[in-house]
Amino acid sequence: MSAFFAMGGYGPYIWTAFAVFFIVLLIDTLAPLARRRRNLRDIRARIARQENRRRPGTPASNESNA
Amino acid sequence: MANWVPLWLHRLGSPPIFYRFAGAVYPWALGLAILLGGIALYGGLFVAPADYQQGDAYRIIFIHVPSAWMSLFIYGVMTLAAFIGLVWRIKLAETVAMESAPIGAAFTAITLATGSLWGKPMWGTWWTWDARLTSELVLLFIYLGIIGLYHSFEDRRQGARAAAFLVLVGAVNVPIVHFSVNWWNTLHQGATIRLLGPSHIDASMLWPLLTMMGATKLYYIASLFSRVRADLIASEGGKAWVRELALGGPAPKGGKA
Repeated sequence: MSAFFAMGGYGPYIWTAFAVFFIVLLIDTLAPLARRRRNLRDIRARIARQENRRRPGTPASNESNA
Repeated sequence: MANWVPLWLHRLGSPPIFYRFAGAVYPWALGLAILLGGIALYGGLFVAPADYQQGDAYRIIFIHVPSAWMSLFIYGVMTLAAFIGLVWRIKLAETVAMESAPIGAAFTAITLATGSLWGKPMWGTWWTWDARLTSELVLLFIYLGIIGLYHSFEDRRQGARAAAFLVLVGAVNVPIVHFSVNWWNTLHQGATIRLLGPSHIDASMLWPLLTMMGATKLYYIASLFSRVRADLIASEGGKAWVRELALGGPAPKGGKA
């Protein structure tokens, strides 16, 4: 097994290369998932702010939708 | 020909329908990518024999070459999407182009890093201003330029249109990267896999390489769909379907997709 990890003396180069590959792709996988959750949270906060601003009797059309 | 294909594509261009479609495809694409990647790594690291010249160091090929192919393939998809976005002003095409750039940049960075780690033991140097290496580095800078230009505008669509022009201009670099090993005879070796004529590789090394190529393609689909979903939430933030989604309402309606 240690012969496998040694890779004929090239082990450090090979395993570093594979580590780079997996770490970069792992970050690339997790980043958009976190961004989607964050965007959904921002929208929930925005909806809550609009609800708070709304006074009874004020038409909803007064508000910007952005 | 049945007219359901253009009709389906037309419906898929609608953000809420694409959001749902991408969400349904995502776990399958990612799962298959991991499965194929695992099989390819098993074949590349355990089954394939050592190279007669490079010993075990050549095994970096199983991630280096598929990443290099993806760095060019993603640029191709991005160019097509940017062109469609510029000509027909389809918002989803602009989003696909802009969300492809970070994935392409990631694969280009992997290509350069793994190539460097391969070059040190084989060539005796981490880096050399070889035509292939230099043009691939330029590709990385073009990707970063596209990402930077897109984010430098206050208005997202304005940024996407400006960056889409940069995508089209930067496309001239893609054939330069591809043919650099033929045009300039320098340190980097020529193509191992050839579509026309026999490949310069044994079958025991070829199948893990091609399997990893399939895995990276599927990974790109998964990553792109995940990114487009995140982007649509922000850019469609004021729309009713996103508000419903944010408040945990029913999934966006609009037929099966």
